[in-house]
Amino acid sequence: MALKIVKGSIDRMFDKNLQDLVRGIRNHKEDEAKYISTCIDEIKQELKQDNIAVKANAVCKLTYLQMLGYDVSWAAFNIVEVMSSSKFTYKRIGYLAASQCFHEGTDVIMLTTNQIRKDLSSPNQYDTGVALTGLSCFVTPDLARDLANDIMTLMSHTKPYIRKKAVLIMYKVFLKYPESLRPAFPRLKEKLEDPDPGVQSAAVNVICELARRNPKNYLSLAPLFFKLMTSSTNNWVLIKIIKLFGALTPLEPRLGKKLIEPLTNLIHSTSAMSLLYECVNTVIAVLISLSSGMPNHSASIQLCVQKLRILIEDSDQNLKYLGLLAMSKILKTHPKSVQSHKDLILQCLDDKDESIRLRALDLLYGMVSKKNLMEIVKKLMLHVDKAEGTTYRDELLTKIIDICSQSNYQYITNFEWYISILVELTRLEGTRHGHLIASQMLDVAIRVKAIRGFAVAQMATLLDNAHLLTGNTQRNGICEVLYAAAWICGEFSEYSMQTLEAMLRPKVATLPGHIQAVYVQNAAKLFATVLQKHEGETDSQAAQETSQLLIDRLPLFVQSANLEVQERASCILQLVKYIQKLQQKNVEVAEEVTALFAGELNPVAPKAQKKVPIPEGLDLDAWINEPPSESESEDEKPKVVFAKEEPKHYRSRHTEVDEKELARRREVRKQEQANNPFYIKASPSSQKVYDAPGVEHIPVVQIDLSVPLKVPVLFNCDLYLWLEEERQQKEKAERKKKEKKKKREKRGKGRKADSGPESEEDIRPAHQVDIVTEEMPENALPSDDDDKDPNDPHKALDIDLDKLLADSEKLPVRTHRPEVLKSPAEDRDSKSVPQETKKKRGRGGKEKKEGKEGERKRSKEEKKKKKKHKEVEEELLESQPEEAVQSEETKEAAAPPTSTSAEASDLDFWLSSAPVPPAAAQEVTAPSSAAAVDTSSAAAPESEPDEPKDTEPEDTKSSKHKKKKQKKEKEEKEKKKKKRHHHHHHHGDAGGEDSVQNGTVEEEEPLPVMYIYSLLAENSYIKMVYDIQGNHQDESKVVVSVIFENKSDSFLKSMEFNVLDSLNSKLQRPEGAGPHDSLTVPFQLPPGVSNEARFVFSVQSIVMPQKLKGTLTFIVKSDESSTHEKLDFKLHFTCTSYLITTPCYSDAYAKLLESGDLKGSSLRLEGISMPFHHLLARICFHHHFSVVERIDSCASMYSRSIQGHHVCLLVKTSVFIESKWEESSLLGNVLDEIKQTFSKC
Amino acid sequence: MIKAILIFNNHGKPRLSKFYEHYTEDTEQQIIRETFHLVSKRDENICNFLEGGLLIGGSENKLIYRHYATLYFVFCVDSSESELGILDLIQVFVETLDKCFENVCELDLIFHMDKVHNILAEMVMGGMVLETNMSEIITQAEAHNKMEKSEAGIAGAPARAVSAVKNMNLPEMPKNINIGDISIKVPNLPSFK
Repeated sequence: MALKIVKGSIDRMFDKNLQDLVRGIRNHKEDEAKYISTCIDEIKQELKQDNIAVKANAVCKLTYLQMLGYDVSWAAFNIVEVMSSSKFTYKRIGYLAASQCFHEGTDVIMLTTNQIRKDLSSPNQYDTGVALTGLSCFVTPDLARDLANDIMTLMSHTKPYIRKKAVLIMYKVFLKYPESLRPAFPRLKEKLEDPDPGVQSAAVNVICELARRNPKNYLSLAPLFFKLMTSSTNNWVLIKIIKLFGALTPLEPRLGKKLIEPLTNLIHSTSAMSLLYECVNTVIAVLISLSSGMPNHSASIQLCVQKLRILIEDSDQNLKYLGLLAMSKILKTHPKSVQSHKDLILQCLDDKDESIRLRALDLLYGMVSKKNLMEIVKKLMLHVDKAEGTTYRDELLTKIIDICSQSNYQYITNFEWYISILVELTRLEGTRHGHLIASQMLDVAIRVKAIRGFAVAQMATLLDNAHLLTGNTQRNGICEVLYAAAWICGEFSEYSMQTLEAMLRPKVATLPGHIQAVYVQNAAKLFATVLQKHEGETDSQAAQETSQLLIDRLPLFVQSANLEVQERASCILQLVKYIQKLQQKNVEVAEEVTALFAGELNPVAPKAQKKVPIPEGLDLDAWINEPPSESESEDEKPKVVFAKEEPKHYRSRHTEVDEKELARRREVRKQEQANNPFYIKASPSSQKVYDAPGVEHIPVVQIDLSVPLKVPVLFNCDLYLWLEEERQQKEKAERKKKEKKKKREKRGKGRKADSGPESEEDIRPAHQVDIVTEEMPENALPSDDDDKDPNDPHKALDIDLDKLLADSEKLPVRTHRPEVLKSPAEDRDSKSVPQETKKKRGRGGKEKKEGKEGERKRSKEEKKKKKKHKEVEEELLESQPEEAVQSEETKEAAAPPTSTSAEASDLDFWLSSAPVPPAAAQEVTAPSSAAAVDTSSAAAPESEPDEPKDTEPEDTKSSKHKKKKQKKEKEEKEKKKKKRHHHHHHHGDAGGEDSVQNGTVEEEEPLPVMYIYSLLAENSYIKMVYDIQGNHQDESKVVVSVIFENKSDSFLKSMEFNVLDSLNSKLQRPEGAGPHDSLTVPFQLPPGVSNEARFVFSVQSIVMPQKLKGTLTFIVKSDESSTHEKLDFKLHFTCTSYLITTPCYSDAYAKLLESGDLKGSSLRLEGISMPFHHLLARICFHHHFSVVERIDSCASMYSRSIQGHHVCLLVKTSVFIESKWEESSLLGNVLDEIKQTFSKC
Repeated sequence: MIKAILIFNNHGKPRLSKFYEHYTEDTEQQIIRETFHLVSKRDENICNFLEGGLLIGGSENKLIYRHYATLYFVFCVDSSESELGILDLIQVFVETLDKCFENVCELDLIFHMDKVHNILAEMVMGGMVLETNMSEIITQAEAHNKMEKSEAGIAGAPARAVSAVKNMNLPEMPKNINIGDISIKVPNLPSFK
């Protein structure tokens, strides 16, 4: 046996490792695949061995092969094995392999849940880190649900390294398990103010990702982000925040106004191009959102455009590219300011860099006007000729069409020109956009009636030369154009034998089916016009020849493999044969044949069908008949045969309907049209044909087919350009004449500059174009939400985050069953999650019951799963204690989040520049903040965004405001009541025989309500109470919150607060104020009202308690008199006020104690009769400690000072407090204060 | 979000591929090939952004790349990332590699793909940027190495010896194949330090 092991380890040395594999592959360049397949065989052998090192090595090699494109999913189970190794080296290999090849479909993933959970709670931070990294790549909805709570706990880990990873992975968890968003959000928000910049940046990252998809839910965070933006120096964070603001401003224009100034400052001050660019981008977004009704931002636009111009002119191509990109955003709302840089943009079109050319093209879209359209398109056509590479050429093509067709062909003055451009574009070989050109041709021909004649002539030429389009390649691309050409010729043609002949050439049979079908159908239409033309003549020779032509050629189509073509061809063939018979009898048929195709076809808007309202009482989902049985329905699936068929061709179905029916239908239709006010009738005047000069001179050339490789184009666009110029010149001259006349009339009036560039309106289109609008159904629904993707995973995350958390919203929490005998491992587990235990208090019995039921259900499921994977799982579970998953209330659910109304008013308050009574500041009144402190030790006492301190004192308060305020106060009181009710539960601390366990709820007597504010000073007019809190953002600042309560019947105003600074502590005064100036309290107090103000103090040493003398002066104003009053007070800075409640894990705590850096001291409290948990609660509450662990009647507690000193307390039942601190004098003082607290009661 | 991070050489041979969305192995290879085709035909001194890999993500996404000696570093990102920021991040990544491998060259990446992955994991996690501070990344990477070494202990020694012997026996030592060093250009953009 022992020999075997030794042998195994020697073998191992000669196994191939990753480097050997790579080397081997490099040495077998010729037969790489063969070599790798032998390697895979070796790997399979290695994976069969018991030795984990061998397995890890094999998995590592597999990861490399995966990169080369080999499927390694067969080894998924082995990867899980390696993941569960206790050695970090192997574990990391396992997680790496898993992150590369696991996905939602990998079934072994569900075996990993417990392993990952174990790694997440591992005492080694790198195990945890590796697990988090791996999980971020393969998290599934199941994993997200089961692990959400564990990850959330890690968000308050002591190590920033873990915190930032945990925060970041929450985004993935939210995506997979949207229910977790609301319970986890308060903590995520907290992390925005984490002391570690990495964690902060991670939180910003996550919230930005969330907010990008559903910005409206995150609007309430704007003040917080604003604060971060003005305080952060990390460019990465700044960029993210600024991008986020870009997404938020469209929803809240007031936010935009607030942003402009700081952003402009950043633009001026920053040296980082990346930041500058994002600032400009967001300013643009702001300007877009403000564009209506805000005239005064032209300076900002100018600044942006100017900065962007600098970027575009930069030699760095990256900046050039981004400059153009941002410019195109300005273009949408402020085209004028961009148009002045036309030269620069046209210059960019010639850049050697394709990306830059493409961006310049985008810009061009907005630069066109009626005046320069032809010129710009001409330039683009030149580029088309020069372009190498089809992608760029295709892009050019679509841009040309986009530019021309934008806003309903607004800028096209001459449609003949446009048709010839389209025809010219058909010369492009191998383009993907044949369909686009075709649809443009159809669209223009249908909607611009005046152009039809010209279009037909052009299309006829195209058809005649169809071989050029289809000749060399059978690619789908350009031959689509023939589809349009055939249809236009058939529909609008007057008479053309030649076209008819061209449409029936044998070569047509090589075209795609749907095009052939159109050919056949339109050949019939042409036939009808030919018949009509020849009807009147005595010599029926020509007409009969045409019939014969059709009869000769159509059989080719009847043989077509395409059903559509075949059907149409045979119908028409029969029809023509019949007509021929009639012709031979000299019966006049033309009129009847033409009648087959009579009637106008109107364009229908693309969304028309969708917008037809459903009539009342019609249920589209209801069965008309009984639903057929399943087997039937499978057979009868209708096959789509007539693909690509346009609705316009529906007439073909009716070709054989008899005459009477047709006439009747036409009659009905005419009537309908007459009654329909939206129907645009065809007026005879629209038949007006183009009158551009020179049309007659243009020869319709019969081309020598051997010569040209170009489709002969009747018109050259240059010619149009020239014609257009000439025409404009002429018009201009005429206008000038008129103006001169006018001028002569009113000489006296000042000179008007008429030499400047003429305005858009002055250019009249070459011919009046009657643009037919698209038809929409009557009372169409004005809905625009057609383009939302229902499959977007972010849709599920569109959750209102401001609503109060309901009890039902909780993350599933794993707990131990209380009955299970604890194994040592489990014991350790329960220690590592003391945070949870604290929060678990105060749940009603009912919930507990529910929880248990849930547990039962869950464990049933588990069992099922277990059966399935018994074999495999047993192996895995060997090392793990059996755990049951139980749905439990989360601690977050218990923490009182700020209510919706409060949040909303906060935002309004922050956004409004007008002074509003600082009612929001009242939000933190005594009981509510008390609740915040003791419910969530993790929550910093000040989780709310700071109110801006610069609130102006207001002298006149409108009655409206007062009412509002009173109402709010009422609400608040109610809230307080509720909270007080909660309060009792929250204080119930788990005690008793056992150490605290997750999920155990013990009924304990309620705690007395504790009041955190202590009295500062009082006289007959006013009472001041205060509380001091450390600010964990800044180690030298504390915030003193003072509540002023008016006890008199008079109005108190002009309150001024002043403190005599000591060397150590100073009141923070606004810039420019002297060291003895007093601060104005930003509100007034009507009788009986109280309000809170905050003052920031800077402190240097926090070792000693301090007392500061101060005065409050105010004016008492009653009906008859007003007096000046003064109240002295002493602000007592205790050492505890420098402590911040900070959560701590037991393992970290143990390490801290072991480190030996701490000095100890102890204290015995005499004569305390209160229960132990009361005592703990008091220490937590008054002295900002958190309980790390509690066993029996002994508890360890932890806190941290604002300057980072650790304070550890050990409290025993005999009320013996032992404590350790790095700073002994500080410690002594804190203990004294604790003693004082308890001597008071 | 970063959708994918690819490193390949001038011939399109993948040296590292990290996809933050799931694709099949075949699609992954196609994406790498397509990206290589798009990127490799571009001249030096033109901009480092390009739109339109067809396979990965379509119009929302952008490819942001840098070319160092024999290697292309390509990041495929969506619109929530700052283009210049990502360029800086690539620079940070390469400089970190340079520090961790001591004058990194393509061979380091070829033979130590796993290490590159581990370094990358300290920078980008699940498609989101985790850390931009180079010294922080290096600290973590070194801590990992330390742990690895302490775990290998004495048991690791013979294995190392064997691999040293293997190297000696080989006709060509990897370090002798001179593929060329990755010369790090001095960044022209202020990065996040």
